[in-house]
Amino acid sequence: MTNTTTSEDIVADDHNANEDVSSEVTEKKPNPFTLVDWSTIAKEGLWKNNPALVQLLGLCPLLAVTNTFINALGLGIATMLVLIVSNLTISLVKDWVTKEIRIPVFIMIIASFVTIVELLMNAYTYGLYLSLGIFIPLIVTNCAIIGRAEAFASKNPPINAAFDGFMMGLGFMFILLILGGVREILGQGTLFYGAHLLFGEWANDIELQIFQFDQQFLLAILPPGAFIGMGFIIAGKNYLDNKQLDNQKNKKANKVERARVTTVN
Amino acid sequence: MKSISNLFVSSPHGKVGLTTNQVMRMVCYACIPGIAAQTFIFGWGVVVQALLCILIALASEALVLSLREKPVRRTLSDGSAILTGLLIALSIPPLAPWWISVIGVSFAIIIVKQLYGGLGFNLFNPAMAGYVVLLISFPVAMTNWLPVQQVMTYDISFLDCVSSIFTGFTLDGYSVNQLRIAVDGITMATPLDHFKTQIDLGLTASEIIKSPIYGEYGGTGWEWVNLGYLVGGLLLLKQGIIRWHIPLAVIASLFTLSLISYSITPDLSLTPMITLFSGATMFAAFFIATDPISASTTVRGRLIYGAIIGMLIFMIREWGGYPDGVAFAVLLANLTVPLIDYYTRPTVYGHKAKG
Repeated sequence: MTNTTTSEDIVADDHNANEDVSSEVTEKKPNPFTLVDWSTIAKEGLWKNNPALVQLLGLCPLLAVTNTFINALGLGIATMLVLIVSNLTISLVKDWVTKEIRIPVFIMIIASFVTIVELLMNAYTYGLYLSLGIFIPLIVTNCAIIGRAEAFASKNPPINAAFDGFMMGLGFMFILLILGGVREILGQGTLFYGAHLLFGEWANDIELQIFQFDQQFLLAILPPGAFIGMGFIIAGKNYLDNKQLDNQKNKKANKVERARVTTVN
Repeated sequence: MKSISNLFVSSPHGKVGLTTNQVMRMVCYACIPGIAAQTFIFGWGVVVQALLCILIALASEALVLSLREKPVRRTLSDGSAILTGLLIALSIPPLAPWWISVIGVSFAIIIVKQLYGGLGFNLFNPAMAGYVVLLISFPVAMTNWLPVQQVMTYDISFLDCVSSIFTGFTLDGYSVNQLRIAVDGITMATPLDHFKTQIDLGLTASEIIKSPIYGEYGGTGWEWVNLGYLVGGLLLLKQGIIRWHIPLAVIASLFTLSLISYSITPDLSLTPMITLFSGATMFAAFFIATDPISASTTVRGRLIYGAIIGMLIFMIREWGGYPDGVAFAVLLANLTVPLIDYYTRPTVYGHKAKG
């Protein structure tokens, strides 16, 4: 009997303690729906949860159009625009959309923005519109966009959602650009080839011929080159993450050692 | 006395298996008849290319091993890198420029072999993966085979070959494309390539085969190369380095399919003999498909694996865009190996076979 009472007491104490802690936390941290946690969202989008590197979403356009830097930039900007406005809209309408029909509604919203972007590109960057081809309408099916709508925009306030769309889009574009640049240099020895398609006639001057080949290195331009390049980029990210982890461990180890030394003294 | 004393040693009798080094060395030696034939037919370029590729293979293997902090000298001495380099050298055109060998061999060793974990862990045959990278990246340079020396206009010496590989021109200033022009002034294609283009032009098989690039049994010269590899392969069989299942299955399935094709449409198909003795058929059957790492490991599995390779070679030669399809066939068959091994596991003694 005594045993049980003591254990109950302990449990009760624990419970109280927990409540105290949680109330403290909520006092320190205001309601997450009012504060925009900019740096976390940015870190998630650019590095920790990068749609291309970690979630491995949207690989189809990623691998298909990154044969030149400018193509990658065009698709990156288009995807980012769609991500921002679709996240914003979905976050605005989330309270009126019931759970059962949310996916069709999300797709409709995304599709209409993709259509807008497609028409804009058709009007202002026609050359790029031609060279990206089917991959502009296919942004609708980019899992990164519907993924963010489902995982973030439908649960967060509009400003957060729009910022998340911007950061995710930036992270996606960042990888597109690396892959596009590397493949273009290895494949045809140029950089910014076709820049006038995106920026107008003046951009002909920024096309660089880095080195001259007799024959193009077709592997880098063809899809297998994209897969291999992607593998190397992911490996590079894992390498950097592991290195950071090691550094942290070393720091901790150093601290412990120092503590012991001081006590000895 | 020694032999008699051995007789009275009681069991168990230990038998020392071959080391990796011995196996790889035997395979390299078995290539010699083929290399000799290839050198005799296509000139010294083959030898220069082989030395160059082996050197690059060793260098890139040493580089990756030191990056991975593995024992460099011990791993290099197993000879697997040398064999990979040699196999690539024998697959590419003899006068291909040096950077082709560098890209192909370093890709094979660094990416296909070492990034997957080194010898024994690679999913794909490194030599063939390196070759495919070259074939899809530089289709023009990779199909620049010289005509056989007997019909060449210019004699090229050993130094001409070295100069041509490293600078693109022989000592007298001829480019590879000029060398390819044969006695009758027509650029010579390989027998399989020639057959493909001529069939597309509407000629019948019997008309095409009258061309001097076809010999008695295969392409002129190519039949000797294939014979060389056949002899080398039989040597490997006799030494017990490889087993008969894969080579037999490759040759049998290729022969059967081309026999069927030849009996149905004799005007559109090469004879089964020419099919077997041109291109890289024998090289593939005995030296490429039998790679112990990327091939199937069960007895029935090896037969299936070989048959798939033979079938794919036939299909690519017949309907594909490339004149020869050995490398693609081997890589595709490598992909099927886990599945084949899974379904052909032998029944353990005492257990009932399924179904």
